[in-house]
Amino acid sequence: MGFERQKDFGTPESKSEDAVTLTIDGRKVTVPAGTSVMRAAAEIGGDIPKLCATDNMKSFGSCRLCLVEIDGARGTPASCTTPVGEGMVVHTQTPRLEKLRKGVMELYISDHPLDCLTCSANNDCELQDQAAAVGLRDVRYGYAGDNHLDQPTDHSNPYFDFDPSKCIVCSRCVRACDEVQGTFALTIDGRGFASKVSAGQGEDDFLSSECVSCGACVQACPTATLQEKSVKAIGKPERAVVTTCAYCGVGCTFRAEMRGEQLVRMIPYKDGKANRGHSCVKGRFAYGYANHKDRITSPMIRDSIDQPWREVSWDEAISYTANRVRTLRDKHGANALGGITSSRCTNEETFLVQKLVRAVFGSNNTDTCARVCHSPTGYGLKTTFGTSAGTQDFDSVMETDVMLVIGANPTDAHPVFASRMKRRLRQGAKLIVIDPRRIDLVRSPHIEAAHHLPLQPGTNVAVLTSLAHVIVTEGLADEDFIRARCDWDEYEDWARFVSDEKHSPEFLEPVTRVPAEELRAAARLYATGGNAAIYYGLGVTEHSQGSSTVMAIANLAMCTGNIGRPGVGVNPLRGQNNVQGACDMGSFPHELPGYRHIHDVETRNLFEKDWGVSLDPEPGLRIPNMLDAAVDGTFKAIYIQGEDILQSDPNTQHVAAGLEAMECVIVHDLFLNETANYAHVFLPGSTFLEKDGTFTNAERRIQPVRKVMEPANGYGDWEITQLLANALGARWNYEHPSQIIDEIARLTPSFAGLSWDDLLIRGSVQWPINEKFPDGSPVMHIDGFVRGKGKFVITEYVPTDEKTGPRFPLLLTTGRILTQYNVGAQTRRTGNVAWHAEDVLEMHPVDAENRGLKTDDWARLASRKGETTLKVLVTDRVAPGVVYTTFHHPETQANVVTTDYSDWATNCPEYKVTAVQVVPSNGPSEWQEEYTELSERSRRIADSTAMEPAE
Amino acid sequence: MSSKSEKIGEIIAEHHGREGPLLPILHDVQEEFGCVDAESEGLIAKGLNLSRADVHGVVSFYHDFTAEPEQRPVVQICRAEACKARGVEAIMEQARAAAGDRVKLHTVYCLGLCSVGPNARVGDTLHARLDGPALAKVIENA
Repeated sequence: MGFERQKDFGTPESKSEDAVTLTIDGRKVTVPAGTSVMRAAAEIGGDIPKLCATDNMKSFGSCRLCLVEIDGARGTPASCTTPVGEGMVVHTQTPRLEKLRKGVMELYISDHPLDCLTCSANNDCELQDQAAAVGLRDVRYGYAGDNHLDQPTDHSNPYFDFDPSKCIVCSRCVRACDEVQGTFALTIDGRGFASKVSAGQGEDDFLSSECVSCGACVQACPTATLQEKSVKAIGKPERAVVTTCAYCGVGCTFRAEMRGEQLVRMIPYKDGKANRGHSCVKGRFAYGYANHKDRITSPMIRDSIDQPWREVSWDEAISYTANRVRTLRDKHGANALGGITSSRCTNEETFLVQKLVRAVFGSNNTDTCARVCHSPTGYGLKTTFGTSAGTQDFDSVMETDVMLVIGANPTDAHPVFASRMKRRLRQGAKLIVIDPRRIDLVRSPHIEAAHHLPLQPGTNVAVLTSLAHVIVTEGLADEDFIRARCDWDEYEDWARFVSDEKHSPEFLEPVTRVPAEELRAAARLYATGGNAAIYYGLGVTEHSQGSSTVMAIANLAMCTGNIGRPGVGVNPLRGQNNVQGACDMGSFPHELPGYRHIHDVETRNLFEKDWGVSLDPEPGLRIPNMLDAAVDGTFKAIYIQGEDILQSDPNTQHVAAGLEAMECVIVHDLFLNETANYAHVFLPGSTFLEKDGTFTNAERRIQPVRKVMEPANGYGDWEITQLLANALGARWNYEHPSQIIDEIARLTPSFAGLSWDDLLIRGSVQWPINEKFPDGSPVMHIDGFVRGKGKFVITEYVPTDEKTGPRFPLLLTTGRILTQYNVGAQTRRTGNVAWHAEDVLEMHPVDAENRGLKTDDWARLASRKGETTLKVLVTDRVAPGVVYTTFHHPETQANVVTTDYSDWATNCPEYKVTAVQVVPSNGPSEWQEEYTELSERSRRIADSTAMEPAE
Repeated sequence: MSSKSEKIGEIIAEHHGREGPLLPILHDVQEEFGCVDAESEGLIAKGLNLSRADVHGVVSFYHDFTAEPEQRPVVQICRAEACKARGVEAIMEQARAAAGDRVKLHTVYCLGLCSVGPNARVGDTLHARLDGPALAKVIENA
């Protein structure tokens, strides 16, 4: 694709099933009723001049450029606000219209700088295009009158400028912020000639306003008024490649707009089925890490971690690594080796890493970061429904009447989907939020939850079971659905269990701290409010009862019949771009790709035959077990692709001890991350811009990732894994990830219909894709559950062993923030630090006052495991007794304080509950100081010139 | 909590149940404090679950709401078509002279008394059938 803007139809698509036929400029066109005349004209290739209309927001009718003549109608109506009518005869180009349009354009241009040739939007400007379209030749009014040309530019946002001197006040930015993003940060200040776009209030600039920097206004602007700084710096792109964002599990489709091998900007792709043309500050702007100066592009090795790194050639690095791995295997056996796949890498790369571990290392010691996030989702949904994935597509939310959000903070962690949720809420859907914190969805401009249940951290199961209690005992269960779709005996057992008085909201109120009446009202709303959908995140899974909570959620959906059609379902909001894919690709120690147990002889034979090896029939070690085994001396070498376990996994000291005990730690990453402090081999990784492949998002949507530039490190990550495998004696010869996809399709029934070429044509597809579902599966379990009958599982509430007491009286829970992403390896290396430069500790005013702490004071946060220091933010977002922080910054290392407790079924760590104490402090903790010192020491890279002998 | 935010809270509570509560709230706040400043905009936004920008857009649109209190007395003089036809322009010079720096003259377009212009308004009191001396007197008494 060369560089051209995506076609703009002017107004949104109409969903009506009734067709209307009309004639436009002598050509007949049939469109759905409710379509605008403007859009109908665009459908047949016409192009009515327009400035204030664009097809991702409602028509506005203010620019007066899109006027048309309609036979039998008075005047010259605006085509954007005029719906089509049967038999209508429309003329879009007549002498009368030409004159009107020219007159309007003259007025616009009389108050616009005439610097087109030096303007950064030159040749990429709708105002310029429309001036050409209406044939503007002169401006009768001259340029000497009152104007807005002296207004200063607002440079405050790190990624875009606002130059009001070029503004035509079409309100597209204001409407984009309202309708598309749902933040309402922009307005028109003043009236008449003094009207101007304003972020926030009078004194605000973009940065101090409520703006979340999603970029929707910049995309909407038809002039250079709101424009990316990168375009100003680099110039107009020359080509565009459609690819998939590498941040969160929403999986937004973007056009990477390029100039040579330089990325000029990322523009959300209107045909992207996950994002529908929207973006957030991370995907849209925060790609600067890709060529940040900290990025390592040469392989490095060292014999021990107290030595500085030595840069070497790829050949040397690979043979050094292979020798070291081979030696350790010969000495300690295959089970001393393992690997961790990355949820940041492509499906194909993940597949290869687990293949390397199973087929080349010879163990099943493969795991992935889903261990620490959504492994309970896999277990819970597989047990109850039969598949380890969410049941819906994102579009489904537009048919939802009641949303139940539990343990998720979509406006921060899944912002593009949150904008869809907010849009649906503004249309009248109801919302229930179950979260210890008052997240933005509870109440923010124009949306408000019907019920917020601010539960005590760690009591999810108690709350969900009491919701079920209300539904069953008040006769709100959908028995017809249950009889038809679920195992009735199991339901009856479960119904008896939840009906017990000790699961009533009144009985559990002292434990959950949720007012019983509020909980009852929420239960009634969920059961009777129409299509009800549950969305959940890590606040569900990262608990000692994570798997139980997932199953309790599934129980709720089944007992109310909210499964198997659009608008309902159980939807885990996956954290990372490809965490769904990493799980699908057999990253877990007990499962081959497609969630098939390693015990299953038939499946194992299939892989053994295809790979020409014999596989260990026993499940391997999970990440925490690998670390334990390393401390015990039985686990020796690990290959970690694209994951920073030191910072992201719980109980940092234990992770450090495990890594330190290993004899060969291979880190394959973009940066010398925290884990690399303990590594012997560093293999530089490639970014998502540097390779082909696929990511699978939270809605099971497999989407292509496209190579738009050569890898700065020389190889795509899949090539590096292949080099290592071949150095260890494998004979892989993949020349392109498409061949890996073919192998995945060949070996995995749920992906049988997948191919790279087909994917490029379709754009994306939701698994399962095979003979039964040739076009993929937006909604699952339509005619029946994958496992047959839906299974009700009894979920007894068991309080966590992590308890508050006199020494540790507060409960810490952790989460994420909009502008930073997980361990921050990427976002900390972008302009996003303007919003979140450090992790802070949120604390209720009462708790803060008791400790003499104010906002911005330093505090020491200590648990039974460790301590760290950080600044305090006093807020009533958290309940008394609860404190909250993020884990984006290695200086803070929030996971120094989190514990080893984990989910009973899957070992997913209990990040969300740690008993802590907080006291005033005046500086970094001992651990922080020691760690900073270690981290600086272990990141040294030997200067090769300094190694030369002195003359 | 400052007395200002308390008072604004009371005003919001009074109108909260109405359909379209923003304008009546803004009028009451303007009346109470002589202006709707940035802090008030923020408090009203929070109270009505609007964005700060939403409220600011409305406040800045209407001349009746001001960001800072006007210290001087204000006299509104209608200079719309009907009052123009009945001679308001001819008496503006006298009005300006009477106002000097002490009174702020505020041009408005229609006070709804077209048949009896020229018209002026001070506070909630309307003055009709004004000629030069009568208008000057209204201004002097403002």
